Amino acid sequence: MSMNRIGYYLKEGICGVFDHGLMSFATVCMIVSTLLLMGGFSLLAVNINKIIADLESQNQVAAYVDENLSDEEAEALGGKLLEVGNVASVTFITREQAMESFLSQYEDNSLFEDIDASVFRNRFIVNLEDLGLMETTARNLADVPGIVKVSAHLEISRGFITVRGIVNAVSWAIVGLLLVVSMFIMSNTIKLTTFARRNEIAIIKMMGASNGFIRWPFTVEGMFMGLMGSCVAFMLLWALYTLLARKVAASALGFLKIIPFGGISLYVLGAFVGVGLAVGVFGSRVAIRSYLRV
Amino acid sequence: MIRLEHVYKSYENGTQALNDLSITLEDGEFAFLVGPSGSGKSTIIKLITGEISCTEGEVIVNGYDMSRISRRRMPRHRRLLGVIFQDFRLIENKSVYENVALAMRIAGASGKEIKERVPYVLSLVGLEDMMHAMPRQLSGGEQQRVAIARALVNNPKVIIADEPTGNIDPELSADIMTLLTKINELGATVLVVTHEKDLVNQFAKRVIRIANGRLVSDGNGWYIA
Ligand SMILES: Nc1ncnc2c1ncn2[C@@H]1O[C@H](COP(=O)(O)OP(=O)(O)O)[C@@H](O)[C@H]1O
Ligand SMILES: [Mg+2]
Repeated sequence: MSMNRIGYYLKEGICGVFDHGLMSFATVCMIVSTLLLMGGFSLLAVNINKIIADLESQNQVAAYVDENLSDEEAEALGGKLLEVGNVASVTFITREQAMESFLSQYEDNSLFEDIDASVFRNRFIVNLEDLGLMETTARNLADVPGIVKVSAHLEISRGFITVRGIVNAVSWAIVGLLLVVSMFIMSNTIKLTTFARRNEIAIIKMMGASNGFIRWPFTVEGMFMGLMGSCVAFMLLWALYTLLARKVAASALGFLKIIPFGGISLYVLGAFVGVGLAVGVFGSRVAIRSYLRV
Repeated sequence: MIRLEHVYKSYENGTQALNDLSITLEDGEFAFLVGPSGSGKSTIIKLITGEISCTEGEVIVNGYDMSRISRRRMPRHRRLLGVIFQDFRLIENKSVYENVALAMRIAGASGKEIKERVPYVLSLVGLEDMMHAMPRQLSGGEQQRVAIARALVNNPKVIIADEPTGNIDPELSADIMTLLTKINELGATVLVVTHEKDLVNQFAKRVIRIANGRLVSDGNGWYIA
């Protein structure tokens, strides 16, 4: 393809965008909202995956020691626990430490003024190697003589894994659906602008233009709109995400670590530009197909 | 070469536009195609350009059988033709210059070739001062001349003109006709559809006459009707 041709296609395509300003504006807005929804859901999924990974990495099981054992006897159980499979490390917590940490959760601890450390049990905090084996490991820990009870947050970890499954499935479904919808709308926009130009297309065909020659300006038009849409969507998502992350950090959910936008911005931009261009190219192809049969 | 062999054409609404018509135009020939309005002249041209296809018979242009030509070949076929349409078919939102340049772009000419050739061809039809005007700013005759310039710009092997002087004053009509005969002398096959007796008689070329989609007469000489 000669530079002259490329110049012609670019000029025609970009003029097309501005000649049909209102339609182009509507199309770009549509692409922006599609990408925002897609990006929003994807980032939600990514963050949930990250939170689960964080939770998993700090997933712990508490193993409570028989009250009849002395503090020394209790602490000595640590070695036995380490021998159980899938145990990464154990930390011994005395009754007193357990009580302090309990009381520290309440600002007004007058209620528990008279509480005695003896109501708490000595315990071990056990870190696991593989979260998936939590149930078996918990049973094995309970079988160690001197351990009376093991509490594992099975419900919590199971719950998060279910949520992850749902969010992943939903976000893929939404991404797919929006992709189809946005291509359809883009295609219709270009169809409307080409409808006005179907005479022109017929004339150019009559002059011996190949389909490619006719298609390229429309492809450029679609790509240009896709590109504009993806840039605007990227900036909006950036602003919204940063704002939301700040809100979350300041809220009760502040303990959740939100991925900073800077760390993922290049992937988001790449994906947006890719999707924007693809929607533009396919949308324009579908749109002018019927006008090429002259 | 252009050859129509026992061609029938009926439109979708049932109009029988051509009825067992046979015409042959050899390479390098010049011919006028005359006949009353509605006799099927434009239909013949549309068959040659591949805009429509015939119901029966054979249309062969430059070796391509128009009822069998593939979609891929069609652009190449059309690039060998320079067609002046009765309704001009200019692109409304492009300047005179761009309308003519477009034909060269389609043919794959370079930017330099286009810059040199377009003004030259526009000067042949007397429009060198209107290069940057838009079609709607031009009179019917001027638009027709843009269409002529566009048909000539690629030096096509075959030139087909559907009433190319219909909107042009007599002096300029003679000039344009002379231009077409000169291009024919340089080797192009030329088929001119016209109503204008005087003009036809002025040139004493082959005259193909049709009426009601049938051939009435075909031979050198005068057109008296
Ligand atoms: N697209 C069409 N659909 C139906 N009838 C048509 C169409 N084009 C032309 N005709 C009819 O075919 C006949 C020949 O038309 P045309 O070839 O345009 O004649 P001419 O160019 O000699 O005036 C006329 O009766 C005309 O009404
Ligand atoms: Mg006609």
